[in-house]
Amino acid sequence: MTLIRNEILPGVWLTCITTDKFKTGCLSISLLTQLQRDTAAMNALIPQVLRRGTRQFPDMEQLAGELDRLYGASIAPAVRKIGEIQSVGLVADFVDGHFVPTQVDMFNDILRLTCQVLLDPVTEHGLFRESYVENEKQQQLDRLRARINDKRSYSVQRIIELMCCYEDFAVSRLGDEETTEAVTARALTEQYHHLLETCPIEIFYCGSCRFKYLRDQLLEDLKDLPRGEIDYDIGTDIRMNTVEDGPRYFTDEMAVTQGKLSIGFRLGEIMDDPDAAPALYVMNALYGGSVTSKLFMNVRERLSLCYYASSLLDLNKGLMIVYSGIDFDQYDAALSEILAQLKAVQDGDFTDEELEAARRGVAAELRTYMDNEGDLEQYWLIRNLRGERMDPMALAERVSTVTRADVIRAAAGLVCDAVYFLRGNGEESEEDEA
Amino acid sequence: MKIRNYPSVAETLYSEVLPNGLTIRVVPKPNFNRTFAVFATDYGGADRRFSLGGEWIDTPAGIAHYLEHKMFDTKDGNALNVLAANGASPNAFTGTDMTAYYFESTSRFEENLKMLLEFVSVPYFTEESVEKERGIIGQEIGMVEDSPDFQVYIRLMQALYRNSPVRCSVAGTVDSIAQITSQSLYDCHKAFYAPSNMALAVVGKVHPEQVVEIASAILPKEKAPKPVVDFGAPEDLLPVTHRTEVAMEVSAPQFMIGAKVAPQLSGTPRLHQKHVGTLAMNALFGRSSHFYAKLYGKNILSPDFEIDFDYAANTSTLFLAGQSNNPDAVLEEVLAAADNVRRNGLDREKFERLKNATLGSLIFGLEEFESLAVDLAGSAFYNYNVMDTFTQRADVSMEECEAFIAENLTAEKLAMSVVVPGGA
Repeated sequence: MTLIRNEILPGVWLTCITTDKFKTGCLSISLLTQLQRDTAAMNALIPQVLRRGTRQFPDMEQLAGELDRLYGASIAPAVRKIGEIQSVGLVADFVDGHFVPTQVDMFNDILRLTCQVLLDPVTEHGLFRESYVENEKQQQLDRLRARINDKRSYSVQRIIELMCCYEDFAVSRLGDEETTEAVTARALTEQYHHLLETCPIEIFYCGSCRFKYLRDQLLEDLKDLPRGEIDYDIGTDIRMNTVEDGPRYFTDEMAVTQGKLSIGFRLGEIMDDPDAAPALYVMNALYGGSVTSKLFMNVRERLSLCYYASSLLDLNKGLMIVYSGIDFDQYDAALSEILAQLKAVQDGDFTDEELEAARRGVAAELRTYMDNEGDLEQYWLIRNLRGERMDPMALAERVSTVTRADVIRAAAGLVCDAVYFLRGNGEESEEDEA
Repeated sequence: MKIRNYPSVAETLYSEVLPNGLTIRVVPKPNFNRTFAVFATDYGGADRRFSLGGEWIDTPAGIAHYLEHKMFDTKDGNALNVLAANGASPNAFTGTDMTAYYFESTSRFEENLKMLLEFVSVPYFTEESVEKERGIIGQEIGMVEDSPDFQVYIRLMQALYRNSPVRCSVAGTVDSIAQITSQSLYDCHKAFYAPSNMALAVVGKVHPEQVVEIASAILPKEKAPKPVVDFGAPEDLLPVTHRTEVAMEVSAPQFMIGAKVAPQLSGTPRLHQKHVGTLAMNALFGRSSHFYAKLYGKNILSPDFEIDFDYAANTSTLFLAGQSNNPDAVLEEVLAAADNVRRNGLDREKFERLKNATLGSLIFGLEEFESLAVDLAGSAFYNYNVMDTFTQRADVSMEECEAFIAENLTAEKLAMSVVVPGGA
């Protein structure tokens, strides 16, 4: 497996992993821009509208038919929030040409088609087709509204919105309903041209093709990509301390039978240390990120307070979120146990076995990234944004050497900034007791 | 070991049946870091009435899932933790007709496999530990019951099926699990967890002989009889009711449309029927269908629209599910699309392209170790081998797909379940 990274056009970086390990290939093109309240929804709509049709395949049915012909290749819109950077683009997944009958030139066709979707959309009077824009606005509104359907992920999104209410990070990767509704075909087309001209672009490829061949093909397929002055001034504002002196508390009520408790922490000064990632990963696994963790072993197994209680890290923004599903009347008990377990980690109150299990778990997960093109794509997009070069295997090695002192130091600066509880409204809890 | 090559996709399947009746299937992937192993029993939420040596036993809904939770208890603590401490990521699931225990690891595969086989074959729980689990499973049931996806599915199954155990949630209800005791769990383990009723599948960086060696050394040597399960009398193909609706806290209506299909119970005919059903559903409702483009363009369907054709407990069911502001319009269009096939047939050129796409999705499936291993184990319970898809899929004709559509997608056979916004 070899990785080559090069700037192939002004502000266009190609990361190419050549390997014959997989029977499929993956290509992504990501336009990087600052996440902002007023533009997030519009940016998120762009790849959705692009995916509706190209000049050559002007509607979904024809485009999907072409993808069927290419052995079920997919070209999917991808909108991501990485810290306060919004990444909008396309991810193509396709079968490697070696495993299908030879009459189809898989690789060149899929490359060309992906670039066409990006650069050559079907238009009316130079603008995106109005009906597609209105259609995709409605789909995005539905998607934004659908967030309440999964209460577990909703409770995680809510704590981020509430905790980071003064930061752009509060904005969802799809923006919000109001700014989605305001989008017009004209404004969207202008923003699309603006992003194409000014965004740094990350292209990622993993598959059997070699760098030179891929680069030459891409340069041909991207020859109409307009490049103006590139806006490199994008990044994440990392807040180290809490918004108020102590945690802020928030509650929502809905007709649910199970409560959702989520707790937001700032990682604190450790975020100044560029080499802290391995220690933070291990700290998180030890505290709440695995089945050997303090939260799983105590809040779930020992006290049966919940069905799940886990923590997740956002190293791009410097946050840790604990999320848990509990009975309504267990709120106090669960909250105090979750905080008590964090204090235990900060005090070094954990065994060598717990530490070793956390190290092994994180290292194993990193090693499995090497086995999955989608994981590699995500991994390298984030590393490239952070200007880091360490591959998953090397990072796994670093994780294996994290010490007890490293973990205590990683946990030391954690402060609770906000607590969110999604509880039932009266009627459902009565039914619960019946 | 039996070796079967699939040269077009450069894969090899190694298989073996041990003297104790355990089926072992291994697909080595030497270039990968990880290995995924699944140890599964032909026992799930629907296997509630069974006989082992004459006497019929009835068990409460949710018992297979409860047993899955308790199997992780071992003499030395919790198998989940021991495996995780060893760097593996273990878990389990209980489905309608199978329970699977698995792990993925990137090192110490032998140790992990031994642990997996040991903890699944040796129950170790007490009245007290069983009691303690009731709270955790009660929470899980609460979580599942709050899920619109679950409600729309289970209510559809209840609309379609009159008596079949597929009408009940795999996890049971708070009331049904109240009846479960440690003795009833031991009884179920004894009936269903003998190697003759189980399969072991491994995909990843592994030597097949090593898997056979370890399994032979650890598991019981004798071959136990397989239990006989009663799913009730076969049902006709008409639904109990055509429409069911409930209000929940959701943003837009969630729907699931389904029909009962006369199932091929096992072997190659089942694999063939699976291809036909899946291809037929994709031709009519898949991403490249006129149906999908039209409804998406009218904002009646969203990209979460899914189609499926599946088997469980001697039933098979086809599904169309998604979110829509007008589920009744979706149902109308489904019927219109099927009528159109009855009159005009499918489009030959599109059908051939779709066969390309099917091959592609099967090749994608070879890189999903988890689902490949689970399917290798699951297909063993029905006497076929999921890898044979690569040699058989070309046999499916357009006419068979048209016949499948004409026969199964009719107004009298379809039922729809809807979750509408509202809540309490």
